[in-house]
Amino acid sequence: MLAYLMHRSLQMVATVFIISVIAFLVIQLPPGDFVNSYLATLSGGDQITQDAVEALRAQFGLDDNLLVQYWRWISNLLMGNFGISFQYQRTVLDLLEERLPLTLAITIPTALFVYALAVPIGIYSAVRQYSVLDYTFTFVGFIGLAIPNFLMAILLIYVNSTYFGGNVAGLFSPEYELAPWSVGRVLDMLSNLSLAILIIGLGGTAATMRVMRGMLLDELSQAYVETARAKGLPEWKLILKYPVRVAISPVLSTIGFTLPHLVSGTEITATVLNLPTTGPLLLNAVRSQDMFLAASIIFILSVLTVIGTFLSDLLLVWADPRIRL
Amino acid sequence: MTAEATTSEIGDEGAVAVPAAVGKVVSPARLTWWKFRRHRLAVASLVFLIAAYLVTLFASFVSPSSPSTRSRYLYAPPQSVHLFDKDGTFRGPFVYGYRMSRDPKTMRLVYADDPSRIFPLALFVRGETHEVLGLFETDLHLFGAPGGYVFLAGTDAFGRDMLSRLLHGAQISLSVGMISVLLSLVLGLLIGGVSGLFGGRIDTVIQRIIEAIIAIPTIPLWLGLAAAVPRDWPPVYQYFAILLVLSLVSWTSTARVARGRFLALREQDFVTAARVYGAGWFRIIARHLVPNLMSYVIVTLTLAIPGIIIGETALSFLGVGLKPPTVSWGVLLQEAQKIQTITFYPWLWIGPAACVVSIVLAFNFLGDGARDAADPFSR
Repeated sequence: MLAYLMHRSLQMVATVFIISVIAFLVIQLPPGDFVNSYLATLSGGDQITQDAVEALRAQFGLDDNLLVQYWRWISNLLMGNFGISFQYQRTVLDLLEERLPLTLAITIPTALFVYALAVPIGIYSAVRQYSVLDYTFTFVGFIGLAIPNFLMAILLIYVNSTYFGGNVAGLFSPEYELAPWSVGRVLDMLSNLSLAILIIGLGGTAATMRVMRGMLLDELSQAYVETARAKGLPEWKLILKYPVRVAISPVLSTIGFTLPHLVSGTEITATVLNLPTTGPLLLNAVRSQDMFLAASIIFILSVLTVIGTFLSDLLLVWADPRIRL
Repeated sequence: MTAEATTSEIGDEGAVAVPAAVGKVVSPARLTWWKFRRHRLAVASLVFLIAAYLVTLFASFVSPSSPSTRSRYLYAPPQSVHLFDKDGTFRGPFVYGYRMSRDPKTMRLVYADDPSRIFPLALFVRGETHEVLGLFETDLHLFGAPGGYVFLAGTDAFGRDMLSRLLHGAQISLSVGMISVLLSLVLGLLIGGVSGLFGGRIDTVIQRIIEAIIAIPTIPLWLGLAAAVPRDWPPVYQYFAILLVLSLVSWTSTARVARGRFLALREQDFVTAARVYGAGWFRIIARHLVPNLMSYVIVTLTLAIPGIIIGETALSFLGVGLKPPTVSWGVLLQEAQKIQTITFYPWLWIGPAACVVSIVLAFNFLGDGARDAADPFSR
């Protein structure tokens, strides 16, 4: 276990390093450096002397080579100094502290929701292969995979406002928008969040359900299932006790692919539903080329995804000793 | 290629049984096709996609007007095609003209059918001149309402025909998927091939990079990369820049498949045989390995296209991908950023949304069928 932990941690550090390089590239890619963008937000048409530009460049060290710049950026980052957002005139850390909790508050329950729904449906579909419900789930699954999150959100906004006259956008309904915290306000927030979770979870559920069905179908055709059945074990007890336990661990290990998708979905859905997560913040940052903010968000989201995958892998190894190789 | 399959082998496998071929040598390609044909939904999807791409190719001919032609009918709902008029008399296919009025409270334009104005629809009508495939100019359109107007998918804020805009938008949205996937094919084969053939430290480094890219949530990464595309670039440059951004993420799946296949294939006897005969590595890769993994790669690519189409749509929808005057389904969906548009003018987003979903669905079914068929010797 310890060897596995060491190996896996080293791997994680390598992944985080590569992610940091990619995030740094995101800062460097836009034409012109950020002194230009900074001045564009500051001056509003005023003339700024060439000397002042040079001074700012020197101050931010933009004339150093890329390696030096990367080193300065990453060492600051590791000490919790994410830089300044030009657009908001605040530190990036400040903005992240404000927005990140809600991103997590949507993504983590969504992940739980996806597996809690997909695994039982997958089991049912495999055991009752080609039944009416299996076809229904397959059909709904394909549709769920084909409708991108943001279209689903638009559809829900439409259905809700046309048929129920409600408003689903925003974290709170209008009557609770400025109200102080109360039980009603919390419930209101939860109902709005659950809608987001439903939208984001649909695609993930559809994909995971298919994997679960396929894995379990492979197991069900194995000889040991036949043996257990011949020995007179009750059907459902047999299925849940043996083939499901074998089939479930590769399904749970797909979290490495599912998690980035869910984070991605959270960000774009939050933009449509106008939820104050890091999604709308990132979009604004990208639009105004506030690259330090944008790169920090990409970096933090990716690192959290990697950590999430790491933790779930550890849980999986703990539960299924066969993986520990 | 691997040894060609004979009919006796097919009989043993019991996978495909086509009596007409008894006694003949059947190529793996033909076997694959037979297997694919049994997946009805995949075949239907293939037919649908071919039709969609053909229509897109001749978009300017199929659409009744150009995507930028304005009319005086702003935010007009889709007209429905009738065969019988209000009295029940058969008139052939026709549409009613609009009767425009203004809602006194909201000041929005309200449209109703005007039974006194009937515009019969006709095939092959003369209209605006347009260029077909960039080859020749013509003023012939597939259909239209001579002497009237026809907006089968409604109009937008400038009174432009949504159907024409959808068809022209398809040219961008569908080609993005295709070209971007070709780019990821080249990148994926190259990088995956190097990784699988050389192995060792290079392989480890490439695998780590791929893992890192997969761990990054795609939409945020795409957003970050798309920010680098200068806003004052001409539309064509922006189009290719967005293509590049989309393929920078999607090559990873191709690379993984290519690497896996290269690793498995390089130990095979026919590769050893080719080496013994004195074939160089380049020849072995080009003549023996690549044809053997193409089926797997094609499947991965088919399944990658929907992701790319959704990616372009999402980026353009958020306003960081393609921008007007370029018309793509994502650009059309930008309208749906306003809550009023979503509720009052649903045809502005239902059209492009339905297009995206049906194309993505068809590619998913096709990929599913292709995956089953990719290995014709399996059951």
